[in-house]
Amino acid sequence: MNSRKHSPIFNFFASVRLTVTVLLTLAATSVFGTVIPQNQNMDAYLHTYGRNLYRLFSVLDMFDMYHSWWFQLLLTLLAINIIVCSLERMPAAWKIVVKPPVFNPSRFSNAAFQRQVAIFSLDAARPVLEKALSRSIGRTRFEQTSQGYWLWSEKGRWTRMGVYIVHLSVVFLLAGGLIGSFWGFDGAVNIPEGESVKSVRVSNSGKSIPLDFEVRCDKFSVSFYDSGAPSEYRSTLTILEKGVPVLTRDVIVNDPLRYKGVNLFQSSYGSLPSQNLVLSFTSRATGMEYREKIAPGQTVSIPEGLGSFTITAFNKDYQYKGHEIGDAFVGMLTPPAGSPVEVVLPVKFPSFDKMRKGDVVVAIDETETRYYTGLQVTSDPGVWVVYSGFLLMIAGCIVTFFMSHQQVCIEVRMDEKIGGAVIRGIANKNKIGIQNKIDAVASAAAAIESKNKK
Amino acid sequence: MNSSGILSVVTFVYGFAAFLYLVSWIFKKPEPGRLGTWVVFAGLLGNVTGIAMRWMESYKLGYGHAPLSNLYESLVFFAATLAAVYLVIEKKYGNRIIGAFTMPFPFLAMAYASLSPNISDRIQPLLPALKSNWLIAHVVACFIGYAAFAVSFGLSIMYLIKDKDAEGKSRLLERFPKTGVLDELNHQMVMFGFLFLSAGIITGAVWANSAWGRYWGWDPKETWSLITWFIYATLLHARLMRGWHGRRIAYLSAAGFAAVLFTYFGVNLLPGLHSYGAMGQ
Ligand code: HEM
Repeated sequence: MNSRKHSPIFNFFASVRLTVTVLLTLAATSVFGTVIPQNQNMDAYLHTYGRNLYRLFSVLDMFDMYHSWWFQLLLTLLAINIIVCSLERMPAAWKIVVKPPVFNPSRFSNAAFQRQVAIFSLDAARPVLEKALSRSIGRTRFEQTSQGYWLWSEKGRWTRMGVYIVHLSVVFLLAGGLIGSFWGFDGAVNIPEGESVKSVRVSNSGKSIPLDFEVRCDKFSVSFYDSGAPSEYRSTLTILEKGVPVLTRDVIVNDPLRYKGVNLFQSSYGSLPSQNLVLSFTSRATGMEYREKIAPGQTVSIPEGLGSFTITAFNKDYQYKGHEIGDAFVGMLTPPAGSPVEVVLPVKFPSFDKMRKGDVVVAIDETETRYYTGLQVTSDPGVWVVYSGFLLMIAGCIVTFFMSHQQVCIEVRMDEKIGGAVIRGIANKNKIGIQNKIDAVASAAAAIESKNKK
Repeated sequence: MNSSGILSVVTFVYGFAAFLYLVSWIFKKPEPGRLGTWVVFAGLLGNVTGIAMRWMESYKLGYGHAPLSNLYESLVFFAATLAAVYLVIEKKYGNRIIGAFTMPFPFLAMAYASLSPNISDRIQPLLPALKSNWLIAHVVACFIGYAAFAVSFGLSIMYLIKDKDAEGKSRLLERFPKTGVLDELNHQMVMFGFLFLSAGIITGAVWANSAWGRYWGWDPKETWSLITWFIYATLLHARLMRGWHGRRIAYLSAAGFAAVLFTYFGVNLLPGLHSYGAMGQ
């Protein structure tokens, strides 16, 4: 509290003026990053802002401003400010908290709140007042004086630490963020059903980094509401260590799989060509239907000398004459004579090819929808530091805002004929709270005293 | 009557309460104010009933969820919180002029929710990312915080008006609470709001971490809630500096509330996405 004993630099970093300046600057500058879209590609920026503004914004790191040196500097300044300020003030507060409570009547002499209660006998009043005091504050201490006695009680000394808990929580948040940015990653990977991966692609650098284990997607499913809106995405994942499955679990949005510090989140999905496709070929001449197993890229020959058929492609969202027909295989039918024709086989409409009115109708007889699951894969060793900061911040705010160090003393004396008890209270904050406490003590004492009198 | 019907009636009940408080203040008649208290009570009762009914209706539709999932529902919840906070203050401080400056907010919130063509009051199924208890905690905490900040804003306006008339000449301001009381009450509201805003940001971060694997991504909505938080943190510290009680605190509170409004309504106009994003969802 004594600012003279410190250097001007220390005082600068300990000042609340700096806090207000830094917080307001953070608030004001943060606006830019919400108006200028962050981390887009250069062409988009050039198009939106033109060459000059683009140059200016680039120099100021405006396109990734929350990670820019100057924004980080502001956060560092805030951290230094909090730490220095706490170093300056906390020792004094800590002393108050730990030192054995000493009763000092002079501290109450100009208390803002006091109430008086009439009493009739010093000795009879004592248990009454003690009871009232200990009920609303806590343990009561007694001290004899020449004309009577003092009763004194206090509580909430430790609440003086609340504000330091809040400040510490901010340090935790910043430290946790720093840890995450150094030792964490944020990546993505697509895994087809039945397959597994050992590495993921990091989102911002595009680099691939290896995992300590293997992840297999056993199954993916999506369910829908009646309205057609998606209701749930679900992936069944298996973790393998050296090829041995160690854990199998379903992952849905909001319920990730966490394994060895790596989190696997459901983030997207898509469909893949089925590896086991059974096609039927119906000859127009004989009406006979032949079933053939085929995989993408394979060629089969059609009985009755009708030619051969090759699956050439799998297409998501196939557009047929301007219509979306969803997933579709595309094949090439090569008749014995004449030129090959392209055949579209939409998964949703198996007998689509009838429309072509060819010598042979190709249809999908059996297929399975095969999905891949899109996972977001992250690791953030700082997250527990941040979460601890969260808890500290809430706890600290509750203590700081709604509790206080309260002391109440009752001076009891018998002058001449009339006796009186004066109840006084002080608190380090929340003055309304202490006022209520004094009123409570006074009315409790009055109530008990009047009952005793009868 | 279904929940939307009840809630549109509640809009006018709140409007009527605000009107009664205003009349009571301007014409210095206590009776309309006393009636106002009961009208707020009735409005709050209807408001809570509406929320409960909407909850049940969503179960009847087969995709039950807490009615806190879109703009309409959050505005309705905001109005209820505001009315409740106001009633507590009225009970504690016994000054109904404060009602003339705070009850317009729940009225406006409800009017906007019920009447704006951009906001749909249809009950919709939850998208996968919104299925989370953290989300419910997030919305509840944020809106309790916003309600406290709205009251703080009303008190700041009262402070600025009262402070203009330092000599106490205006007859209209006779029964206004003293500036000291307004300042103190404002501080309490800001502390209350700050706690809940912090809790709201925190639960939002935990939710984001469970849905997307990151607790903070600097998307515009997140950033604006942080801007709001910075402003109120500034306010709490500015009080510690000499000469910063009173007017400047009132201005900071107004700036903070502007940031609250922008966080909620303005962010949708910016590029970027937040799951609540699109209006009329
Ligand atoms: C984002 C960062 C910060 C947060 C969230 C924060 C939070 C708080 C809160 C909630 C209070 C209690 C206010 C009240 O009771 O009305 C407080 C008080 C205080 N803060 Fe901070 N603070 C921050 C940064 C700082 C910094 C950098 C300083 C450095 C000077 C500082 C110095 C103080 C002081 C001196 C008090 C008053 C303590 C007392 O009442 O004894 N704060 N802070």
